[in-house]
Amino acid sequence: MKRYNSEPVKKSERITRLVQHLFHKMPEIEAARAELITESYMETEEFPETTRKALAFNHILKNLPIIIRPEELIVGSTTIAPRGCQTYPEFSYEWLEAEFDTVEHRSADPFYISEDTKRRLKAVNPYWKGKTTSELARAYMAPETIRAMEHNVFTPGNYYYNGVGHVNVHYDRVINEGLEGIMNRASSELSRLTVCDSEYAVKRRFLEAVIISCNAVCEYAKRYSALAKEEAAKEGNEKRKAELLKISEVCAHVPLHPARTFHEACQAFWFVQQTLQIESSGHSISPGRFDQYMYPYYEADIKKGIMTREEAQELIDCVWVKLNDLNKCRDALSAEGFAGYSLFQNLIVGGQTVEGEDATNDLSFMCLDATKHVFLPQPSISIRVWNGSSHDLLLRAAEVTRTGIGFPAYYNDEIIIPSMMKRGIPESDARNYSIIGCVEPHVPGKEDGWHDAAFFNMVRPLEMVFSNGYDKGEEASIHTGDVTKFSSYEEFKAAYKKQMDYNIALLVNANNAIDRAHAERSPLPFESALIDDCIGKGKPLQSGGAVYSFTGPQGFGIANVADSLYTVKKLVFEEKAFTLSELKRAMEMNFGKGFDEITARETAEEAAKAVREKGGEVTEKLIRDVISDVLNMELPADEKQRYEEIWQMIDDLPKYGNDVDEVDLIAREAAYYYTKPLPEYKNPRGGIFQAGLYPVSANVPLGAQTGATPDGRLAHMPVADGVSPTNGKDLHGPTASCNSVARLDHADASNGTLFNMKIHPTAMSGEKGLENFVSLVRGFFDQKGMHMQFNVVDKETLLDAQKNPEKYRGLVVRVAGYSALFTTLSKSLQDDIIRRTAQGQYR
Amino acid sequence: MTMKDQPYLNVKGRIFDIQRYSIHDGIGIRTIVFLKGCALRCRWCCNPESQNYEMEEMTLNGRRKVCGQDITVREVMETVKRDMPYYSRSNGGLTLSGGESLLQIDFAEALLRAGKDLGVNTALESMGYADFSKIRRILPFLDTYLYDIKHMDPKKHKEWCGKENTLMVENARRVAESRRTELIIRVPVIPGFNDTEKEILDIAHFADSLPGVEEIHLLPYHNFGEGKYSGLMRPYPMGDAKTPSPEKMLLFKGSVERETNLRCQIGG
Repeated sequence: MKRYNSEPVKKSERITRLVQHLFHKMPEIEAARAELITESYMETEEFPETTRKALAFNHILKNLPIIIRPEELIVGSTTIAPRGCQTYPEFSYEWLEAEFDTVEHRSADPFYISEDTKRRLKAVNPYWKGKTTSELARAYMAPETIRAMEHNVFTPGNYYYNGVGHVNVHYDRVINEGLEGIMNRASSELSRLTVCDSEYAVKRRFLEAVIISCNAVCEYAKRYSALAKEEAAKEGNEKRKAELLKISEVCAHVPLHPARTFHEACQAFWFVQQTLQIESSGHSISPGRFDQYMYPYYEADIKKGIMTREEAQELIDCVWVKLNDLNKCRDALSAEGFAGYSLFQNLIVGGQTVEGEDATNDLSFMCLDATKHVFLPQPSISIRVWNGSSHDLLLRAAEVTRTGIGFPAYYNDEIIIPSMMKRGIPESDARNYSIIGCVEPHVPGKEDGWHDAAFFNMVRPLEMVFSNGYDKGEEASIHTGDVTKFSSYEEFKAAYKKQMDYNIALLVNANNAIDRAHAERSPLPFESALIDDCIGKGKPLQSGGAVYSFTGPQGFGIANVADSLYTVKKLVFEEKAFTLSELKRAMEMNFGKGFDEITARETAEEAAKAVREKGGEVTEKLIRDVISDVLNMELPADEKQRYEEIWQMIDDLPKYGNDVDEVDLIAREAAYYYTKPLPEYKNPRGGIFQAGLYPVSANVPLGAQTGATPDGRLAHMPVADGVSPTNGKDLHGPTASCNSVARLDHADASNGTLFNMKIHPTAMSGEKGLENFVSLVRGFFDQKGMHMQFNVVDKETLLDAQKNPEKYRGLVVRVAGYSALFTTLSKSLQDDIIRRTAQGQYR
Repeated sequence: MTMKDQPYLNVKGRIFDIQRYSIHDGIGIRTIVFLKGCALRCRWCCNPESQNYEMEEMTLNGRRKVCGQDITVREVMETVKRDMPYYSRSNGGLTLSGGESLLQIDFAEALLRAGKDLGVNTALESMGYADFSKIRRILPFLDTYLYDIKHMDPKKHKEWCGKENTLMVENARRVAESRRTELIIRVPVIPGFNDTEKEILDIAHFADSLPGVEEIHLLPYHNFGEGKYSGLMRPYPMGDAKTPSPEKMLLFKGSVERETNLRCQIGG
C-alpha cells in the first residue's frame, strides 16, 4: 500500500479570480510603514535598540492599514494595493529618493509611486540620515574594501542596503504551540534571569522585546478578526458571509493559540510569513518544509472528516496566492540582479525525515499542484531528491517542470547532507535541511545563514592579473607582476590565486562590517523569537543567537575562469599559438570586434579625469568626441585580422560543459580558488564563511562591468551563470553538460550551487519524456551534482535563438523522433518549429 | 580477459555522428552511433550525408565539415561509456543507426557486443537490408530491433527508395521467428508515398502477423534534412511536402489499433 494519496485535485475557480485580482494593476510603493516606524523611533530615542525595534514593530502592526481582498480565505496584506510594497528607511533610503522619478519606468521590476507617497516619504526619510545600517556598515569597512567595491570586484548590495531575511523560522512551533508558547518561554527565561548576570542588560531587553513583538503579531491578527466580522455583517452573499465569519474565528484564535485545524495552521503560517517581512525588509524568508510541518493538521482534518481534499487544496492554493502578494522594491542595479519581483520564498517538498526515511506525503503532491494552479513566481518551489525518493513525486515534479514555469528546482540530499555535516552540523539537523532563497541549504529554525551575502565576480580578479591590479587607470587591487613576462601557466595561475585571495579577504571585510552594523542597528526580536536558540541565549539572531551562524557569499563565472585558464594553458604555453602580451592586447581591443557604448563611456570618463587632474576644463564636446572616436575606431586591417584569428583559435578550443576531462578539471580547480579560502574566515556572530556558486541573475549586470576575457567572451557580455557552462558553448547535449558540472566539488560549496539547463518541451513529452527527464536528474545526482533547474524553452527563447544563434549553439530541439541543433536548421524550418512549439502540437 | 583486451574493440568502422541524450530511439536515455553508408536512397531521407560510404563535405550555416570518420569500437565506447549513470537510471544504452548499419556488419556486431559487455541496453535502427546470415550474427547482442518497413508494395518501394522490399520483408519475418530480440516495426509516414489508411494498414497487418511483435511506431515525415541537401549540393527530392497533420496521424493510429493487436505509437 502506498503511504500517500497522489490523486490530483481540481483547481477551484476562486483561485483564478484571486490571481486576476492580484495582477490587475502594477505594484505600488506605499508610505505607511515608513511613517509609522519613524514616528515610533522619534519617541523612543532613550531606549536600547532592541526595545526600540519591538516598540516600532508593535506601533506598525497596530496602525498599518489592513484589508481583506475579495474572496480571500487566508488574510493578511502588508499593503492596500495588491502586490504593493512598503519601504524600510532604517536600512537605507537615499537610493529610493534618487530613483523616485525613474522607478515607475525602469526595465527591471518597475513600481508605481504616487506624488503623495513621494511627499510622505520625503517628510520622514531625513530622520534616518546617519542612522541607517548602510551608513554604519560603510564606516566599518576598510578603505581598500570600498575601493574593491567601487571597481565591481564584488557587491554586498543585498544586506548593505536591506534587511537580511534568508531564514527558515520555526513555523511549526507557532502552529503547534501558538505564540503564547513562545512568549511563555521568554517569560520563564526572564524570571530566571538574575540581576547579577553579566549579560543581564542585553538579555532582559531582548526577552522583553520578544514578548512585545509576539504580542504585537497576535494583536494584528485580532484586527483581522474584527475586520472580517465587520465585513461579514455587511455581506449580502450568504456563502461569503459564512467564510468571513470563519476567517474571523480563525484569526481570533491563531497565531496566539495552537492551531486546531488545517485552516488555522495555514493562517498561522501566513501571519508569521507576512509579519516577518514587515519587521525587516529581508527577502528569501523561506517557508521550507511546508509539506512536513503542515501534514499532521491535514491528516487529522481528513480523518475527522471535517475537511475534504478539495478544501485542503484550495487553502494551499490561497497561501500560494498570498505569497505573491508580498513585494519588495530594490534599487535599480539590485533589481536587475534579482529580476522578476521575486522574494525567493523557497518552499521545499519531499526528501527525508530526520530518521532518514522518505518524507513524501499527500501534501508534497498538493504543493506541486498548487504551483501548477496559481502559475505564479512564488513560492520558489523546490524538491529534495534522494536515493529513496518516491518516483511518483519525481514524476509529478517533472510535470510541473514541463509547464515551463521554471519550477521546481531539484536538490540532491545525497550531497547536501554530507556537505552540511562537513560544516559541523549533526546528521539529524542536516537531514532536516530546507532551502533558502535560490539554492542555499539551511537548518530550519536553527540557523542564521546570511546566505546570499554578496556577489563575487570571479572573472574580475582574472582581469586584474592582466592589468597588474589596475582598473580604469586606478590602482584597484594588489600587483601580481607584468603578465606579459610570465613564463609558465603555473606562474599565471599563481597570480590569479593571489588576486582571488586578496579580494576574498576584502569581501570578508565588507560582509563583517555589514554584519556588525545589523547587530547594532537592526536586531530583529520577532524573527529571533522563532529561531533556536536566541531565547535560550538571551540574544538576537544578529548578535549570534542562532544555533548555527554562517556567512555565505556567492561566486560566479566558473565557466569563464575555467575556459580562460584553459586558453592560457593550451594556446599560450603549450601550443604557443600567441603570447600573453598578444592576448592582453586582443582583449583590450575586444578581439577586433568593435567597441560598445560602455567602453566608449568608460574611456570618456578616464579622459575627463586626466584633463581634470591637469587642471583643465572638461567640456561636453570633449566627452562627445571621445565617445564617437571609440565607437568609430578602425583598427589597422592586419591587426584586426590577427585579433580575430586569436578569437577563432580560442573559440575552437573545447569548453567547460562538453564532458572533456582536461577542461572540466580546470573548472574544478577554479571553483576551489573561491570555495577553499572562505571557510578559513570567521564572522562576528561566531560562525564561519562558506561559499556558494550561483549568481541569481547578477551575471548579466555584473558581466556588463567586465571587459573581454581570455575565453573569448566579448566585453560586457554576461558572465556564465552559476556552475552552468557558458551559454551556447555546451555542444554535446544535456548529459555531457551534466557530467562536466558534476565534476566540480559541490560539497565544498556548502552554501549552494546553481545549474541552469535549457530543455525543449518536446524532450519531455508523454510519460516516456517524464521518465527520461527524471533519469537525467537522477544520473546527474548519482555523480554528486547538487542542484538543477530547468528552463523549458518556449517560443520566445526560440525566437531569440534565431536572432542570436551564437548564444544557443547547443540548443537541441526534438520533434517527432528526430533531434537537431536548432541553430543549424534553415530559417524556414526554424520558423516551423517555433510555430509548432507555440501550438504545443507534439506535447 | 578484461574489456580492455577484447580484440573486437579494435574493429574499425565509419560513422558520421555520435549523438548523446537521444530519447526517441529505444528505451530510456541513449547514445546513438550513426554508421555511414546506405543501401537505399529514400527520397525523404533526413540524413542524406549517411547515404554514401565515401567521405564527403557538407556546408551547414556557412561552415564546411567533413562527414565521415573512421573510428575503432574502443574509441566509440569511450564516448558511450560517459553516460553510464543515465543508462542505468533509465534502462537506456546504445543505439546503432545509419545509414544501414548492416552494411558494416563486423563493426556493428562489435559495437553491440561492446554495449552488452558494458551491461547496457542495445538497439539497432535498420531496415534489414543484408543477407540473413549477417543479421544472425548480431542477434545475440541486440535487445531491441527497430525495424523500418516503409511499404508492402515492392514496385512502389523501388520507385521511392531505389530497391524492392522483398529481402527486407523476408528478413523481418526471420528476425521475428528467431525470437532472439524484441522487434518493433517503424513506419515513416510519407506524403504521396504511403500516407493512406490502406497502405499503413497493409504494413500493420504484416507486422501483426510476425510472431512476438507487439508494437508499431508511425513516424511522421519532417523536412529537417532539407538544409543538408543544399549543404551537399543536392536537390531536395521532397520539394515542399508537408508534415502529416496530427489529426491524420491520430487517425492512422486509431485504425491500426482497431484492425490489429498492436500497440501503436506516433513518433519514436
